[in-house]
Amino acid sequence: VCTFLRVIPYAGALTRSKVLQNARCYSVSHLSVQERIEQKRKAALTGGGQLRIAAQHKRGKLTARERLELLLDPDSFVEYDMFVEHRCSDFGMEADHNKYPGDSVVTGQGRINGRLVYVFSQDFTVFGGSLSGAHAQKICKIMDQAMMVGAPVIGLNDSGGARIQEGVESLAGYADIFLRNVMASGVVPQISLIMGPCAGGAVYSPALTDFTFMVKDTSYLFITGPDVVKSVTNEDVTQEELGGAKTHTTVSGVAHRAFENDIDALLNLRNFFNFLPLSNKDPAPVTECHDPRDRLVPGLDTIVPFESTKAYDMLDIVHGIVDEREFFEIMPNYAKNIVVGFARMNGRTVGIVGNQPKVASGCLDINSSVKGARFVRFCDAFNIPIITFVDVPGFLPGTAQEYGGIIRHGAKLLYAFAEATVPKITVITRKAYGGAYDVMSSKHLRGDVNYAWPSAEVAVMGAKGAVQIIFRGKENQAEAEAEYVEKFANPFPAAVRGFVDDIIQPSTTRKRICRDLEVLASKKQTNPWKKHANIPL
Amino acid sequence: MQLLSVSLYDRIQMRSWTFDKILIANRGEIACRVIKTCKKMGIKTVAVHSDVDSSAVHVKMADEAVCVGPAPTNKSYLNMDAIMNAIKQTGAQAVHPGYGFLSENKEFAKRLAAEGVSFIGPDTHAIQAMGDKIESKLIAKAAKVNTIPGYDGVVKDAEEAVKIAGEIGYPVMIKASAGGGGKGMRIAWNDEETREGFRFSSQEAASSFGDDRLLIEKFIDNPRHIEIQVLADKHGNALWLNERECSIQRRNQKVVEEAPSTFLDPDTRRAMGEQAVSLAKAVKYSSAGTVEFLVDSKKNFYFLEMNTRLQVEHPITECITGLDLVQQMIRIAMGYKLQHKQSDIPINGWAIESRVYAEDPYKSFGLPSIGRLSQYQEPLDLHNVRVDSGIEEGSDISIYYDPMISKLVTYGKTREEALKKMEEALDNYVIRGVTHNIPLLREIIVHPRFVSGDISTKFLPEVYPDGFKGHMLTAGERRELLATAAALYVAAQLRSQKFLGDLRVSVVPAESRQWELCVELDKGLHMLGVSRSGNNYTVEIDGEKVEVSGEWNLASALLPLTINGKHRTLQCLLRTAAGEITLQYLGTSFKLRVLSKLAASLSKHMPEKVPEDTSSILRSPMPGSVVAVSVKPGDNVAEGQEICVIEAMKMQNSMTAAKAAKVKSVHCKAGDTVGEGDLLVELE
Repeated sequence: VCTFLRVIPYAGALTRSKVLQNARCYSVSHLSVQERIEQKRKAALTGGGQLRIAAQHKRGKLTARERLELLLDPDSFVEYDMFVEHRCSDFGMEADHNKYPGDSVVTGQGRINGRLVYVFSQDFTVFGGSLSGAHAQKICKIMDQAMMVGAPVIGLNDSGGARIQEGVESLAGYADIFLRNVMASGVVPQISLIMGPCAGGAVYSPALTDFTFMVKDTSYLFITGPDVVKSVTNEDVTQEELGGAKTHTTVSGVAHRAFENDIDALLNLRNFFNFLPLSNKDPAPVTECHDPRDRLVPGLDTIVPFESTKAYDMLDIVHGIVDEREFFEIMPNYAKNIVVGFARMNGRTVGIVGNQPKVASGCLDINSSVKGARFVRFCDAFNIPIITFVDVPGFLPGTAQEYGGIIRHGAKLLYAFAEATVPKITVITRKAYGGAYDVMSSKHLRGDVNYAWPSAEVAVMGAKGAVQIIFRGKENQAEAEAEYVEKFANPFPAAVRGFVDDIIQPSTTRKRICRDLEVLASKKQTNPWKKHANIPL
Repeated sequence: MQLLSVSLYDRIQMRSWTFDKILIANRGEIACRVIKTCKKMGIKTVAVHSDVDSSAVHVKMADEAVCVGPAPTNKSYLNMDAIMNAIKQTGAQAVHPGYGFLSENKEFAKRLAAEGVSFIGPDTHAIQAMGDKIESKLIAKAAKVNTIPGYDGVVKDAEEAVKIAGEIGYPVMIKASAGGGGKGMRIAWNDEETREGFRFSSQEAASSFGDDRLLIEKFIDNPRHIEIQVLADKHGNALWLNERECSIQRRNQKVVEEAPSTFLDPDTRRAMGEQAVSLAKAVKYSSAGTVEFLVDSKKNFYFLEMNTRLQVEHPITECITGLDLVQQMIRIAMGYKLQHKQSDIPINGWAIESRVYAEDPYKSFGLPSIGRLSQYQEPLDLHNVRVDSGIEEGSDISIYYDPMISKLVTYGKTREEALKKMEEALDNYVIRGVTHNIPLLREIIVHPRFVSGDISTKFLPEVYPDGFKGHMLTAGERRELLATAAALYVAAQLRSQKFLGDLRVSVVPAESRQWELCVELDKGLHMLGVSRSGNNYTVEIDGEKVEVSGEWNLASALLPLTINGKHRTLQCLLRTAAGEITLQYLGTSFKLRVLSKLAASLSKHMPEKVPEDTSSILRSPMPGSVVAVSVKPGDNVAEGQEICVIEAMKMQNSMTAAKAAKVKSVHCKAGDTVGEGDLLVELE
């Protein structure tokens, strides 16, 4: 009725019958469009249909839309391209029943705790979430807009792989996404949450993003599945062993963290998102903080054991210092000899890097260097100050490390710290030996504020080794060792040279860092112009 | 750590001559306790410590400190040579032994005497006489102290034991004379059990103590454990400082003590006090001492033993009498006469002591746990609360020493007041990083039987026959707990939308005045409606409204709340992004999960997961060499206890047990080289 009335004013010159006829025609076709819109929307909302949704649920997985509903603030999701359909006309794909409005991905933007985010969520119920040209185009569209606006992109991956029926168009789609992942890298944060299979070429999109999270037991990442592995290398391996969450968070280091299930993962992702700035143009976010910035941490005065060979838990220091003991650890189960993750100091996001004396004495090896380097570069790209806690006995010796290229990989961490222009605060808690001392955000690599605790020892190596070299063949090794300890096993040699700015009481560390961060918030530092740097990959 | 928040009127006699320097041959809270009084008296103090204790509180408090050896007590705190050296080195004129360690060691007292150093305690004669079960009983009998009918001495064979038991009358208790406390004690209700008890005890007597003598005596069923504090000087004067009720015990260790006892009438108290004094006089006792009695339901009391030292639970006597026992001990050791007459000793008010331990109360009322106190805050801003402790935030509770965290003492004009204060103090006590027994303490002090004074040494097994299970929530308490969790969740949600500073892209917070939540507690699901104005939350649960308000924020360790008009202090022990909230409420910690209605409705699709149990297998986390293996098959280990030490990169890493269990098998030995993931030890 409404449509009919609206038509009348434009009908003045026409005969009555003509008016009626036209109006009817117009309204009929309009109604049918309206109906079709409703129908398409309805179809889009149910994805691959109730049966496939039930199957998805049975696997312990939520649907693409349920996931977005949990990830985003209520009623904040604005969907794009709900009407996009695939364009494949081979193998009977052109048939109506093979077309799903929106195809196999849901895209759009929304809010997480009020802050803008672009999202895509692959729909496993439509052709197993496989990537068609249309699917890729939808993802590219939101990525392009995210770049222009300056807002992060979160991808919820649940896809069987390429849409085989589309052939090269599907491959092109992947490449289009890869290109955008690369272009967006360092411009807006990109996060991938693997919530189902992700195999073949598809794995490279998560690999290019800043963070890859997985859901335990229901997500897999691999280049080729167990069947192909069996036929090529004759290895017997299960999906879980080959590319499950445990493999990638403990062995390969491909994923940064794993969560129990879809709900757990999405709620944690919301929490994680709050640590990140929206883009490289935004400062690290500052949230309301109830933890006093000048809080003393008395427990830290006694945390470093007197015997320098005894371990302690670096996480105790981190938890004690940061706001409300909240630390979002990145890769907590991989290369555990280094600890990295996000926390807040007086409400402001900071990146924490710390050697972990509890694991392999906190030495630097290939995996920990790479883990640390990538984290430092993320922080630097996104204006997140870096706080480094140093207790490092050196680089791990041995053929395994040398053959594996510790020189090249260790250089990455050195490179990352040296290149970083964000505020850098370093606290030497105990050992800072040899080249590893230089690497760990030392003064020489433009550390802004470098502190030593009274227990700090900055030296080329430990007393025993040093004495064996300096006093080779001489008697009275014990005496020489005592002399060396007296001279070097303390913070003074570094402090008298200004390589540490102050020797501080451990209990005051939080207070000092909070104060420094306020001052350094306006730090401006630039590296020389270059097309791009050449990190030793 | 404030020592005497409950004021003592025991003024320091500043003008009198005192020791210049006292060495405290102990550690932990008792060392700190002694140092505090020394400071008040203007006496310099020397602490001794093991290497792992070098930054302990007692070391920091003392004027001087001497390391007397490595962590194991027999190499440090029991190492007489090292302690004698420390005395010489520092020139200490006297030694306070505290309790435990060398406090009742006559050898130590002798060596001190030989060096002309005063021992702040009784002389060797009294230590020796009271240290022997049989001798102490004979002396007690002679001093007309009620003793338990029984026989002490060498028992020829099982038949003689049966005969003796028959004369005493069943039930009887059999144990080695030389064994202390309730160790190796056997109860026999008939001849057969007597024979068995004889075999067991005589074997133990010979093997453990090298002393054949046995003690067979009447077993007092369902007794109370009540002790009398005495104070005697070197001039033959002695006083009794009233009683302490110590019946609440587990495995013969005291848990909650109070003074005075609800059970004693003035006549019984006087009779016990006078007998205690006559015993003290009979052994020419000087210093503070404690005469322990068993009291049956008819108020018959029997001498148990005399402890010739300062007791752990001495603070409650100090609270009700106003005397500083440590000061009195020091004065007596200096040779001064007692300052007080018996008629000067009052019972002012009521004092309760809870022993706060690092242990898991859900396992046989307390199995030791260890760890680092990541957060620690004593409830000292409360009035009439005294906390004697020797640890602070950051301290390690290690396997080497007693797992006691502190003695929490509350005081009131009446018992009711003291108990109320204890509830409050336990609720306001922040202990994080180690498992502790506050859940059990909090339940004991509000149990109707305890409140009415109907207790015995069997209180715990009788009240919790199936073991302690934590606080059982009433429907109302359940609502309070759910409402608090909901309020915390909403507060956290709201804060997570608050971003400060100039924002390039504006924040659009989700407008909400109303939250519909689903809270899970003990597998039960509850739908809650929450509305908020300021710091006041109104939570609707099953048609009932719960109002939660109070001054708190998300960083507070304590949540001082008003819930439906009632004051409650809760603690939030854990709050995760996935909605898990653990609250300590009425002493017990409860795990809750708060989810939005949407998340809750989708939860049904999430797969059930069976957690993999890796706690019984210990694998090497890295390649290295095994330096030491601290356990052997069949050993019982506590959670967190060191199992072996792996050295990698010249750094020693302690591998610890993930749970309390028995060691099933050991797959490595000292000197072995192990690879990452190698099996080291299996637990049962």
